[in-house]
Amino acid sequence: MKSNEDNPITTLISSIVAPFILLFGMYIIVHGHYSPGGGFQGGTMLAASVILIRLVLGSEVGQLQFNSTWGTPLGSLGVLIYFGTGLAAVFFGGTFLNYHFLPIAQEASMKRSLGILFVEIGVGLAVMAILIAVYDDLLGEEPDA
Amino acid sequence: MKYINYFILLVFLFLLIYASTGLPNRGDLDSVVNRDRSPSGTQNASSYYIRNAYKDTHTPNMVTAVLADYRSYDTLGEETVILTAGLICFLLLRRRRKDDEE
Repeated sequence: MKSNEDNPITTLISSIVAPFILLFGMYIIVHGHYSPGGGFQGGTMLAASVILIRLVLGSEVGQLQFNSTWGTPLGSLGVLIYFGTGLAAVFFGGTFLNYHFLPIAQEASMKRSLGILFVEIGVGLAVMAILIAVYDDLLGEEPDA
Repeated sequence: MKYINYFILLVFLFLLIYASTGLPNRGDLDSVVNRDRSPSGTQNASSYYIRNAYKDTHTPNMVTAVLADYRSYDTLGEETVILTAGLICFLLLRRRRKDDEE
């Protein structure tokens, strides 16, 4: 794919903006308890930041930021975080995904709040990794090239 | 054959429009889903969420509480769908490229 590495305007603007998009994505994931947002939306923002760097600075720099071999393992890790949160509740005597039984020293409503946070982090990680992996697969470049 | 297809489509269009006239208005307080009690006398799920979402989960955003706590099985399924889509892209597109090289 043809990259715009020689264009100073897009290079400068995207390298300034991309970290802030990354930060805003994390904010959306963590702040989903209090405002519209959550794992799916925040994960999409994180993926947008990484894909912006890939589009503008070329695949070589993009591979340094997020290697395309990490895509599917990180996506599986996100689903495993979600599933493990549910399974931890089973091991400590509750039903699946019943955050009331998570082994956290908090009162009951805070346990549920933290359970929602873990689940949203898992969703965000999976969505980010899978979107980047789909982009890399569609682009059709070898990961080590 | 083409005209029969269009005819069937039109019939379904009018059927759907006719069916939509029987739906309750948006925000209608007297419709069954918006009532506090269901017709059998038990409490509706939506009024339970509105009353107890903050008490149960300490989360002011009720949508997040419903998605990630009360209906977390559904969100687990959605995430699995996304993972499956990514894995299928990986399998189909990577495989074809390897065949081209050989």
